[in-house]
Amino acid sequence: MTFVKHELNQGMKTFWIWTSSIAFMVAICVFMFPEMTGEMDSMTQMFSSMGSLTTAFGMDQINFGSLIGFYAIEAGSIIGLGGAFYTALISVGVLAKEEKDRTSEFLLSHPVTRVQVISEKLVATVAQVLAMNVVVFLISIGSIAVIGETIPWKEISLLHLAFVLMQIEIAGICFGISAFIKRGSLGIGLGIAILMYFLNLVANIAEGSKFLKFFSAFSMSEGADIVSSGKLEMKYVFVGMTVAIIGIITGYIKYSRKDIS
Amino acid sequence: MEAIQIDGLTKYYGKARGIIDLSLSVKAGEFFGFIGPNGAGKSTTIRSLLGLISPTSGKASILGNDIVTESKKVLEKCGYLPSETAFYSGMRVGEIIKFSAQLRKKDCNKESKELCERLQLDVSRNVDELSFGNRKKVGIVCALQHKPEVLILDEPTSGLDPLMQKEFFEILNERNKEGATIFLSSHVLSEIQRNCTRAAIIKEGKMIACDSVNSLSKTNTKKISVVGDFDVTKLTNARNIQKVQGGTSFLYGGQIQDLIAQLAKSEISDVTIAEPDLEEVFMHFYVNEKANNGEKK
Repeated sequence: MTFVKHELNQGMKTFWIWTSSIAFMVAICVFMFPEMTGEMDSMTQMFSSMGSLTTAFGMDQINFGSLIGFYAIEAGSIIGLGGAFYTALISVGVLAKEEKDRTSEFLLSHPVTRVQVISEKLVATVAQVLAMNVVVFLISIGSIAVIGETIPWKEISLLHLAFVLMQIEIAGICFGISAFIKRGSLGIGLGIAILMYFLNLVANIAEGSKFLKFFSAFSMSEGADIVSSGKLEMKYVFVGMTVAIIGIITGYIKYSRKDIS
Repeated sequence: MEAIQIDGLTKYYGKARGIIDLSLSVKAGEFFGFIGPNGAGKSTTIRSLLGLISPTSGKASILGNDIVTESKKVLEKCGYLPSETAFYSGMRVGEIIKFSAQLRKKDCNKESKELCERLQLDVSRNVDELSFGNRKKVGIVCALQHKPEVLILDEPTSGLDPLMQKEFFEILNERNKEGATIFLSSHVLSEIQRNCTRAAIIKEGKMIACDSVNSLSKTNTKKISVVGDFDVTKLTNARNIQKVQGGTSFLYGGQIQDLIAQLAKSEISDVTIAEPDLEEVFMHFYVNEKANNGEKK
C-alpha cells in the first residue's frame, strides 16, 4: 500500500486541477438552467431542428426544457469529455512516466515485483477516477439542490454510473498502451479519447455507421439514450468492459517482461 | 557461499549486443571491481542481476537466489546505486529516503541519518534542485541505509568531489569489513586498484580477464623510464612511447635481455623498471585485443 499512497500523492495536483475544473463547469451549467427555462420553448425548437447536429448529440430524443434533459446534454458533454481526458491522461502515463522520468530504475531496484507495481498503480488510477466522479457527482447534486429543482435521482445516478463505465474502458485501453510506450504518452491518451468521442458522434449521425459505436467508449454514456430509455445499453457496456479487461491484462503481460532502460 | 555467481549470461537487445556468455563468481565478503569502457556491457550485467532486464540466455544468482525466478529475494539482499540517479519530481530528499526504506519495509532512520551526516546531505531540499553530485548522495543513502549484504555500485563516484569520494570509500570499506560484498563497476581504474581485491575486465560484452588486482597488474609487461638518449624504435615490443623531459618512458612486453642489450648500447644516465599500474594494464588488454583483431583481418 506504500506505493498506492505514493502514486496518489504524485497525482494529487493533477487530480484537483481536473476535478475542480469539471465540477466548476458542471455547476455553472446547472446554474444556467433557471435562466434558460424562460426561453426554453424556442430553444428546444431550435435545438431539435439543427439537422444532423441534433442527432449527433441526441437532442432529438429528449426534452431539452426539463432539467435532466438539459443536464444530460450540457453537463453530459462536460463530464463526458473532461472525465475521459482526465482518465486517459493519468492512465496512459501511469507506467510510461516512470520510464520517461527514469524513476523506474529506482523503483524496481527495490524488493517489489512487477505485478505488485502494476497492481498498486492500477488501484491508484481507479481510485483517482472514482474520486473524481464522486466529487463531480456531489457538486452536481448540490448545484441542482441550490437552484431549487427536484433531483432526478434515478436518471442522474444512471448517467453518472455510465460516465464511470466509459472512463473505465478508456482507462483499461490506455493502461495497456502505457506498458508499451516510453514517451509521448499524453498525446496518445488524448488522441484515443478524442477519436472515440468523434466515432460516437459519427455513429449517431449516419445510420449506416452504427457499428462504430462498438469502437467507442462514449456509446455507453450517451446521455440522451440513457434518460429517454431509463437504462444502460448493455451490449455496449459488455463490449466496453471486455475491452478494458483486455487492456489491463495486456498491460500486465507486457510490463512483467519489459526490459527497463 | 558465492555472493554473485554468473554462468554464461548473454543479453541481446534485439540484434544489438549487450553481453555475451559472461561467467564470473564473486565470493561473499569480496570487494570486487568490474572494469570496462563505456558501452562494454557493465550496466547490462548489473541490470540483469537486478532483474531490470531479462537475460537472453544463461543464469545468474545472488547469494544463491536466482535472478529471474527469485528476483524479489535478490533485491531484498542488494543495495544498488545506479550510474544516473533519478527521483520522483517534487519530493524532498528526506521523503525519497523514507520512501525507499518503506518500499523495503524497514526502519532505517538511524542509519540514514548517519549517512546523510557523513555525506553532508541536506534532507530538506527538493530533489529537483539538486546538483548531479548531490543526487548521487541521495542514491548512496538509498543504496546503503538498509545495510544490504551485497552492494552493487555502477560508476558510483561520478559527480562526487574528491573529499566525498574519500568519505564514500571509507564507508564502503567499513561495510566490507562488516561482511558486505561489494561489486564496483567503474572505468576509474585507480579507485579499483586502491579498493578492490579482485577485478574483471570486460570489453565489447565479453570478459577478457578476471584475477586479483595484484596479478592483473603483474603481467609480463614492465613500465620503463629512461633518462638520456635512447632509441625506442629498435625495440620490437615497446608501446605507449612517451617522450618526457630528458628521456623516454614506455611499456615493454618483450624479452628483458633484448631490452638490456639495447640499453647497454645507448647513452643513458638512469633507468627505472617498474610494474605498470592498472591503468596501463587496462590499455594493454585493449591494445592487445586490437592487435589480435587486426591480425585476424
